[in-house]
Amino acid sequence: MAGRFAAAVWEFVVGDDWRVALGTVLTLGATALIAAAGLPAWWLAPVAVLAVLYRSVRRAAAQAPAEP
Amino acid sequence: MTGTELSLVVSVFLACAVEAVEAFTIVLAMGSTRGWRSPLLGAGLAGIVLAALVATLGPALTVLPLAVLRLVVGGLLLVFGLQWLRKAILRAGGAKTLHDEELIFAREAGAAERVASAPAEGVDSYAFVIAFKAVLLEGLEVAFIALTFGANQKDVPLAAVAATAAVLAVVLIGFMVRGPLARVPENAMKFTVGVLLTSFGVFWGVEGAGASWPGGEAALPVLAVAILAAAWLMVLDLRRGRRLVLTTGGG
Repeated sequence: MAGRFAAAVWEFVVGDDWRVALGTVLTLGATALIAAAGLPAWWLAPVAVLAVLYRSVRRAAAQAPAEP
Repeated sequence: MTGTELSLVVSVFLACAVEAVEAFTIVLAMGSTRGWRSPLLGAGLAGIVLAALVATLGPALTVLPLAVLRLVVGGLLLVFGLQWLRKAILRAGGAKTLHDEELIFAREAGAAERVASAPAEGVDSYAFVIAFKAVLLEGLEVAFIALTFGANQKDVPLAAVAATAAVLAVVLIGFMVRGPLARVPENAMKFTVGVLLTSFGVFWGVEGAGASWPGGEAALPVLAVAILAAAWLMVLDLRRGRRLVLTTGGG
């Protein structure tokens, strides 16, 4: 029961590609570290998030069968 | 209404409308094959569960400190937004089949006809459970989007109104059409929601992490345009890649 609930939560939050969720967490963590050091950090998240999205899309497309 | 409030309404309305179209197709398949009473009971009960979830968690979220709320909610919106945008890009780029409501309706109606016929009296458990699950599962993500977006804007009621309006619009149009809503541009709506959720997720997540945006809130529309442009470039890249594969016959 607890295992099924955990699996449902994982599926709900993480979705099809766990790397996207991990990339999001790492990006926000790195942003917090840079900001805590007193450096400009706003630029990191847009760049990193789009890079994570692009990698995920390319991976999924490579696994998709070609359609006529 | 401010620009952020308008974005909240548009995001929640579109997200809710897309999911409502998908849930409506399944409820319609149950109702038209096994009678309306049980699927409507199932859908109604799921709607009550979702409303109770929003009403319970909404006030709890709004008491969190703003920085914590923005970091956690920004992160969640970002994860949800990227999931929506990823699927929309793959569909627009031809790497994933588009959602076909008529096909889903036919499949669900066919499955319902193969199950033992509905009882003459009482609740038809098959139709009830299928409709309940469809509405609950399709609605859960929208409930979280409405909650997180609404909590960050300190306006959960506005998000709830937008969600309710979307459901009513879909149900009204659905009963006028009396068929699956196959002509709704679901992927364009998902694309828009994905861009908006990702933009707000990045914006709030960065603020919650302790950084500040140059230009303050003026950075948000710039961010949305940049994410939209990048997402569209990814679609073009996918389409070009798939054309190359087809013309060369390679993999």
